Amino acid sequence: MSAPLQLVFGTAEWLEFFLHYLTLSLLAVGGGIATIPDMHRFLVENHQWLTEAQFNASIAIAQAAPGPNVLFIALLGWNVGLNAGSYLNGFLGVFLAMAGILIPSTLLTYNAAQWGQRNRERRSVRAFKQGMAPIVVGLIMSTSLILATTSGRSLEHWPLWLMSGITALICWRTKLHILWLLGAGALMGWLGLA
Amino acid sequence: MSSSPAQDRPRPQSLTDLFVSFTLLALQGFGGVLAVVQREFVEKKRWLTTEEFVEDWAVAQVMPGPNVINLSLIIGGRYFGLKGAMAAMAGMLVAPLLVVLTLALIYAQFANRPEVAGALRGMGAVAAGLIGATALKLIKALKTNVLGWRWCTAFGLASLVTIAAFRVPLVYVIFGLGGLACTLAFRKLQP
Repeated sequence: MSAPLQLVFGTAEWLEFFLHYLTLSLLAVGGGIATIPDMHRFLVENHQWLTEAQFNASIAIAQAAPGPNVLFIALLGWNVGLNAGSYLNGFLGVFLAMAGILIPSTLLTYNAAQWGQRNRERRSVRAFKQGMAPIVVGLIMSTSLILATTSGRSLEHWPLWLMSGITALICWRTKLHILWLLGAGALMGWLGLA
Repeated sequence: MSSSPAQDRPRPQSLTDLFVSFTLLALQGFGGVLAVVQREFVEKKRWLTTEEFVEDWAVAQVMPGPNVINLSLIIGGRYFGLKGAMAAMAGMLVAPLLVVLTLALIYAQFANRPEVAGALRGMGAVAAGLIGATALKLIKALKTNVLGWRWCTAFGLASLVTIAAFRVPLVYVIFGLGGLACTLAFRKLQP
């Protein structure tokens, strides 16, 4: 990623950056991916701290890399820092973005989970877990469908959908290690078959 | 359906064990970690039953914050309190962060190669399929659900259709459909 933007970042800008992630943290119900539209508005449209290409590449790389998808937020911070002129700023951007997005939600989730664990025999806690179970299965299936159609929903993308469907069947019914499947997917994509 | 870790069950031995397990897990999680959590912690290590995994995932999903990070806090916290939660979360983040930054630096050199874009697309399709397989595997956790299979099917399909087809924001689905399902479960559970 070239750095076409030359930003001057002082304490005030970094503080605003950090505070934005801090407030976004508690709104991120549904995970980091759910915050993408807001991040785009804040970083690309309002402040022009990132270019459109940098924004999209950050998300694509984090999706392809191993690890939680939320690392796309670290990459956004990294690129803002690089635009501000140095690798040191890059690391500062990573740190502030991740700390901001994680600290509030972590405190809340940890305490809620501990409370739930202590009170797991309560009728309300059991009802919550039982009631949410079918919803959760439906949500995970929808995540799969949405990710399978990120390239587009028109019929020309059928080879990608077929790959997703076959992968799901293989992983469901066999013990084949997922790295083989990912390697096959990367190879087919590299060769232009998908 | 008790969700307490029973004494005779496999469990993480130490904070280091938690950190290393979550690191290895995260490094296998191309395109998302959820599918790997199910495979490693439920099928291989047996730290969780399928039912417990679905319950924990429900909490992780309802709370704000990245889902798999929430899941690591819940699992780590159950065994070793706050220290366990931090060890699990650090395992989930530290090594993958280094990998992702390295990839970003490499990508900057090859951004214009169509093969690279193709490989990314292919891996994305496989990652989507892996998550679909996780959903299929979790269906068996619903067999013992107090709602019964009819209601489970109805709620599962309803959340699938509202999210995937109509793109309803998650918050409405969780509080709307989820609220309805929890109320029904509350009424069916013995007081």
